[in-house]
Amino acid sequence: MAKNWWKIACVLILLYVIIGGFLVRVPSIGNNLQAIRGIFFHLPMWMSMYTLFTISVVNSVWYLATNDLRRDIRASSASSIGVLFGLMGFATGMLWSTYTWGGTIVNDPKQMTTAIALTIYMAYLVLRLSFTDLDKRARVSAIFNVFAFALLIPLTYIIPRMVESLHPGSASSPGFSSQDTAGTIRMVLWPAFIGWTLLGIWIYTLRNRYKRLVLKNILHG
Amino acid sequence: MKSPLSQIVALVKKDLVLEWRQRHALFGILLYVFSTMFVINLMVKEPEDKIWNAMFWVVQLFVCVNAVAKSFLQESRGRLLYFYSLVHPRYFITAKLIYNVLLMTVFSVVTLVCCILFLGNPLMHGLYFLGVVLLGGISLSLLFTMLAAIAAQASQNAALMAIMGFPLIMPILMLLSNIAQSAFAPVVQPGLAGMFLLLAGMDVLVIALALILFPFLWKE
Repeated sequence: MAKNWWKIACVLILLYVIIGGFLVRVPSIGNNLQAIRGIFFHLPMWMSMYTLFTISVVNSVWYLATNDLRRDIRASSASSIGVLFGLMGFATGMLWSTYTWGGTIVNDPKQMTTAIALTIYMAYLVLRLSFTDLDKRARVSAIFNVFAFALLIPLTYIIPRMVESLHPGSASSPGFSSQDTAGTIRMVLWPAFIGWTLLGIWIYTLRNRYKRLVLKNILHG
Repeated sequence: MKSPLSQIVALVKKDLVLEWRQRHALFGILLYVFSTMFVINLMVKEPEDKIWNAMFWVVQLFVCVNAVAKSFLQESRGRLLYFYSLVHPRYFITAKLIYNVLLMTVFSVVTLVCCILFLGNPLMHGLYFLGVVLLGGISLSLLFTMLAAIAAQASQNAALMAIMGFPLIMPILMLLSNIAQSAFAPVVQPGLAGMFLLLAGMDVLVIALALILFPFLWKE
């Protein structure tokens, strides 16, 4: 029980986020109207994804240093759950943009670069499938993972900030600094970041344990 | 032990000599560029600027995949082991990077000439475009060299290279075609310097990663 307090916290926070996210009074600006509530389910997905991809790349580097297969299992589970959260973030973003920007896929730089970054990570997952030798798979995919992470940051963090974009925080629009965001939104948004990130880590630990059970004979044999 | 520089030079020279002895690959790619351009010529005659640009970079991409992919495939396992016992992996990858950059520079110029021959010449700033093309050739070949090294470790090489390579190359290709767009118009595009810096940054990133990670890849 003592070790599981964060899972309980995760469930409670997410309950608060979902209930609060739909009930809280939000300012209705422009054509955003009530669609602003999408922020509680769109933005935190990326936080969760970044956290998981960071866990993944740290474990990949760790694998290269130690050659411990368990590190590779951690890296692969983290990145596959990261891709899941990335896809969910993309899906919620598409839903939101359908009603606010007037199109599912608009020519927005951030949307494009994020799609590219997700494809790179999917390529990582496909690359893993193409090996039969476990050690070789671990080594080669760890190297590719470092590449993928090294491109993820410029693609999703640096380039979209330099160009014009419909997303907040680009060259021409304000970001989420504390003066610009309504208090009611902040009250739900910050817990949402923590809640969804915890959920991501929870799913990652489950997948990690499952993968370790699959390879039990090799790891302990 | 020889100095690192002479080792690298020797390796590059070895690759060049080998390339010339197995000329079928070299001329195969030349023929490939030639026939692709001819097919495009038959289909669209003289395309407008944007299509011309897009066609050029797509052909360039496939030329690079074909030219660079075999740089690691042509080495047999035994020979790789032999190199491993002779030189540090970092010198080996440096030599491969230099060799592929040289190769791709030649092919870039050939592609450009073919493109102008078959699809007409909409360029307003020819020299500027040539510079971008050479820069693009270098960027593409750097990234694909590392990918070829990764793909050589896996069994199904060519398909894997496409799967891994295309998402990674997309941002670079988008940058290149944006930069190249300036060669078609008399006015200067805003934000050009930033894009050049970004491209240079990407190249430096790829080289650094290749030098750091390749020794791990070779450990076998």
